[in-house]
Amino acid sequence: MNFFQILSELEKSDPEVFERFDSRRRVFKHLTGFGKKITAAALPLAMGSLFNKAYGQTTSAPSVNDVLNFALKLEYLEAYFYNLGLQGDGTIDNNTTTAAQTALRAQLSATNLSSLLKIRTDENNHVKFLRTALGTNAIPAPAVSQFDFTGGKGSGTGPFAGVFSNAALFLAVAQSLEDTGVRAYKGGAPYLASNKDVLTAALNIHSVEARHASRLRTMRRGGPMNNAASATAAGSNPSTSPKSWITGDDNGGASPAQTAPIYGAGSAPAYTPAGITFPSEANVTQGAVGTTPGVNLQTALASLNFPATAFSEAFDEPLDVPTVSTIARTFTITSSTLF
Amino acid sequence: MSKNLQPSGDDAGFDAPLYVPIKRRSFFMYAGATAGATALILSGCGDDEVEPGNPNTVNVGSGSVGVLNYAYALEQLEAGFYTALRTGTYYTGLAAGSAEKQILDDLYYHEVIHREFFKAALTRDAATSMIKSNLEPDFSGIDFNVRLSAAGAARMGVLNAAKAFEDLGVAAYNGAGRFLATDNAGLNYLVAAGKIVSVEARHAALIRDLISEGSFVDSDVVRIATDGLEISKTPAEVAAVANTFLKEGSKLNVSGLV
Repeated sequence: MNFFQILSELEKSDPEVFERFDSRRRVFKHLTGFGKKITAAALPLAMGSLFNKAYGQTTSAPSVNDVLNFALKLEYLEAYFYNLGLQGDGTIDNNTTTAAQTALRAQLSATNLSSLLKIRTDENNHVKFLRTALGTNAIPAPAVSQFDFTGGKGSGTGPFAGVFSNAALFLAVAQSLEDTGVRAYKGGAPYLASNKDVLTAALNIHSVEARHASRLRTMRRGGPMNNAASATAAGSNPSTSPKSWITGDDNGGASPAQTAPIYGAGSAPAYTPAGITFPSEANVTQGAVGTTPGVNLQTALASLNFPATAFSEAFDEPLDVPTVSTIARTFTITSSTLF
Repeated sequence: MSKNLQPSGDDAGFDAPLYVPIKRRSFFMYAGATAGATALILSGCGDDEVEPGNPNTVNVGSGSVGVLNYAYALEQLEAGFYTALRTGTYYTGLAAGSAEKQILDDLYYHEVIHREFFKAALTRDAATSMIKSNLEPDFSGIDFNVRLSAAGAARMGVLNAAKAFEDLGVAAYNGAGRFLATDNAGLNYLVAAGKIVSVEARHAALIRDLISEGSFVDSDVVRIATDGLEISKTPAEVAAVANTFLKEGSKLNVSGLV
């Protein structure tokens, strides 16, 4: 294989090929590294990832399998989180229980613990479902060691240190993961539309993530030891006492310094269908189609005299893959290339 | 039910224009336009009926516009329910600042906003194919004066009905996504529906928790024992339930969504 010959040929048919890799300079920085770090046998794989970056993620829409594999990564993120906190060694369907997990469980009311175990079950099942749907196209299961749910990038001492020993913190991170998942599935849906059965399945996961998010927000409102959390009214600060739906930008979420991007605006990749945008959760303008703009519902429906918050609450917003990846990297170690 | 003002025609001829948004102008004069459209609509309520023995149903049509009409019908039903409950003694007796008052207020706001959103979108993109905006609900099976029905009661309590409507809404949206066209408009509608269905799911989870704490993903709505997926419903399955809450002349015909 003559790698440079291939690039040269590609440049003839696609003069902008080098621009598709972040920049010409960076490509050659990459290439000069190849000789030292990558053996000939590994070259096809390295090339594959290089082209995947250039064509798969930057300029062309993700394929159905791309979207499903991205969803699978997010489901691993969620499943490992609940597994590590509540039961098992992190991996799918492992059910050993450690003293630390028993201690965390003791900080939760019976209904809250039961709810979290149901969510854990769902997320493990989502991983298995997506693996089955993808078949041989599924990514390998990531090692549990690729994740650091303290947000410490591998140090174990990040901003969420104690996430598996402090129930309130555990619920805060869980809410953050679920709200992210809801936005991610919504953003991925257009790329699944060509396969109706896959689309329906993804929608059927999307709404379950939203049910989880709602329940977690309810539990945060009521507190970890509350056995009737839903009977607690929301407070004035959605960051500390959230409604079960998202009000405005949620005041940055459960831990604003880290979680604000979960409720903030994304950025539409070039391949995004016209009309689809990724505004923050505070958005109140809906119904764009192609170049036809949406309408500001808060303005158009002002005569209803509804609270301003209702107009953002009534709609959740999608997020794009690059933005979700950035959020997800909060919980992976520095050397991980999963997201 | 008024006469159908939609030109009649065979199904193939009826489908074609529905896939193309008819008007792509901006939300022109939002309120005025929708008021005007109310007089123009009533598509599929009559002469080009798919079910010959049932001439007074509201035919949502097919393709993307069919899905929008279907969603609009369900949001009319939900908004009608949360509007009606506000005059029942269960709601009026809730303490100011209580969780359930706050929740039922929010659900009322959200569902009315959803209804008005679809009304605006249809008025803009498919005014001549839009279903009527005054579907008449039949809430005779709901007792707006009680929170939950007693065992064996003939009528549903407020929360029983809220749970039924929210779960039905989630199952309906999930089951209808596949009937949207895959053109640019269809993809935009898919995202719009996605923005709404997750809020419906948040509602459903909380209403279920109010009734029975921790029942937000129970096995009647989520396949918790197998793959963790929501149990979506086909338009026909949804209409069979929704029509029990709609009066004659407002019952839905979803035969175009297959």
